[in-house]
This record gives sequence, C-alpha cells and structure tokens, in this order.
Amino acid sequence: MRWVWFHKLGSPKWFFFQSKSWVLPLLGLGSIGLIVGLVWGLAFAPADYQQGDTFRIIYIHVPAAMLAQSCYFALGAAGFVYLVWQMKMAPIFIKAIAPIGAVMALIALVTGAIWGKPTWGTWWIWDARLTSVLVLFFLYMGIIALQSAFDDVMLANKATAVVCVVGLINLPIIKYSVVWWNTLHQGATFSLAEKPAMSAEMWLPLLVSVVGFYLFIAGLVLWRMQSEILQREHRSSWVKKEVMDRGL
Amino acid sequence: MHPVRKKRLFVIVAIVIILSAAIGLILYALQQNINLFYSPSQIVMGDAPHDINIRAGGMVVKGSVKRHSETLAVTFDVTDFQHSVTISYRGILPDLFREGQGIVAQGKLDQNGVFQANQVLAKHDEKYMPPEVSEALRNAQKTTDRKINTEQSTH
Repeated sequence: MRWVWFHKLGSPKWFFFQSKSWVLPLLGLGSIGLIVGLVWGLAFAPADYQQGDTFRIIYIHVPAAMLAQSCYFALGAAGFVYLVWQMKMAPIFIKAIAPIGAVMALIALVTGAIWGKPTWGTWWIWDARLTSVLVLFFLYMGIIALQSAFDDVMLANKATAVVCVVGLINLPIIKYSVVWWNTLHQGATFSLAEKPAMSAEMWLPLLVSVVGFYLFIAGLVLWRMQSEILQREHRSSWVKKEVMDRGL
Repeated sequence: MHPVRKKRLFVIVAIVIILSAAIGLILYALQQNINLFYSPSQIVMGDAPHDINIRAGGMVVKGSVKRHSETLAVTFDVTDFQHSVTISYRGILPDLFREGQGIVAQGKLDQNGVFQANQVLAKHDEKYMPPEVSEALRNAQKTTDRKINTEQSTH
C-alpha cells in the first residue's frame, strides 16, 4: 500500500496532470531567488579581504557546481529505477535533466577557469577536482549521445540507464577529491557539522542564489518532462484531448 | 517486491559495488600520480625525483621571501609544518602570493635540494571574509599575542 505513489509515478498521464500546476510556481520562485541572490551577491555583498571582487564568481560557480552534481545524483537514481522497475517515466526524466546537468557542469568549469586565472595564475590545471568535474561533464555528454544512438528505444533506455548508475561512482570522487589528494582547488567552505569559513553577509546571498538555482531548475526539468511526455504519448487519446482543449 | 525485480536489484547493486571497488583500487594505486604536488616532507625524505619536472607545494614561510634587488629572481621557503624546502624562481609571482599563503610551484629539484621553479601558482584557502573582518581578526590576534607575552614576562 505504501508504494502506491511510487507505482503511480510510472504513469506518464498521471505525472503530466500532477506536475502541471507545479511548473509556473517553481520557475517564478526560482527566478526571484536567482535575481535576489545574484544581485545581492554580485553588487552588494562585501569584497573579499584577499581576492577583492574576483571572489564574487562563487555566486554562480558554487550553485552551478552543486546543481551539476545533484542533477547527476538524480540521473543515477532514475537509471537505477529504470533498470529495476522499468518505469516509463525514468527515461523521460533522464532525457529532460541530462542537458541541464551538462550545462551546469560547463558553467562550473568555465567560471572556475575565469576565477582561476587571476587567483591561482592559471586557467586550468589537471588536479583531481578539476579533472573529476571534467569527467562529470563528459559523462553527461555521453548520456545525451547514447540516448539517441540506437534505433531501438528499449536498448537506448537500458544502455543510458547503465551509464547513469555506473557514473554515480564519480560523485564521491568529486566530493572528496580535495581531501584524498593534494589539489590546487581549495577544500569545502561549507559543511553540515561546522560553522562556514565565510562571514554571514557573504554566504547569505550565496544561499539565496543556490535555492533559486534549485527551484528554477526543478521547474525547468518538469517543463521539459511534460513536453517529452506529450511527444512520446502523442498517439494516446488523453494527449489528443489535452492538445485540442488548449486549442494548440 | 517481485522476485524478478529483486534479482535485478541485487545484480545492479553487485555491479556497482564491484566497479566501485575496482575504481577505488585503481585510484589508490595511482595516488602518487593524482596528487598534484609533492609536499616538503616528501621532498626532504627523498621521495621526489631529481631533475624531472615535478610540482612542489606548501605554505610560504613568513620572513623567508628574498627578492633580488635588480632582477625578478626570488627565493622563498615552503613548509608543511614538518619540513621545509627552498624554492628559487625568476618571474612574476601571482597576486595572491604572500607569506603565510599556500603555493604550488612547477619545476625541477636540483642536486642541492633547491627547487628551481618555472611557474608559481597561488593556492587559495577555503576562507572568505570582508576586509574589515580580517582587520579585526588580526587586531584580536595581536592583543592575545601581547597578553601571552606580558604574562610570560611577568612569570
């Protein structure tokens, strides 16, 4: 009985109508968070005592890096669900979120390079953190390519799900790369157990920005899933009815 | 759970565990290659090869930076608080280079144990604060230091 909600998730129709009312509020709240967090962080937060204004890039870099990893975690979970339960919604979710995760990883890499040049003195260095995030980006690209590499949809779904699950191994490597090895990238500023190594007037806008990123991307993923559902189910009567009713 | 699904679940979990173990072992074996730099202790103990391009990293020792008066040549010591190594470099140092800051240098270790660097990168730590806060912290540090000094001198 407790698993009813889980099995309902497997129905594209149920998911479509459940998620319909969520998209706009998520996108709206996310935009507010993004605007407030970024304007606050980029314009009003105090400059750093050593880096000056250069440090402000963290208001984009850190949320993007967090999202890149969180999206991959969700991707791995979806791949796992698909392999075990063969749920129809899992490949739809994977297809919706993979390009977003890839863009987030790319933003993290590019902003990191822009920050690295004035701070470290180099755009790029093959240290464990940078390399493992680059691997994450390539995993995303591989997943996107793999999904459309087969004519057989079932085969494509299965192959993609396997890569999603196996790629999960990269996540702890990214997280602990700065602990396990000597790297140029600094350690984590925030941890659950300790006080942040950053003053409140600096991390508050960062928190707002991170929440804004999460909400906005949740809305974006739901939106993309809805259009993917409509596309995949275009032969079913409920989709025809939905499209006709909206006068599309 | 359906027995077929249960079986699939076990197979997938087993695959992921085995792959994690394999990757863990590979990373463990490659540890020295993945480490970005040698620490001063490793260099002093003779773990680092001579005359081969390597990186050395550590914290710049306070008061050890000596600049040549006419050229860009500079020497300084880096430490991991156990051992220290002298680094010699000719060129422009990054903005964040200062005493007490972490750095990573690329270059070769010569026969005298001096590291001849051709590139110096600044390593940033995970602390961020506004200038006023760092000023206040420094002042607080000074007063506690003074207190300790006066206490010691009275004893």
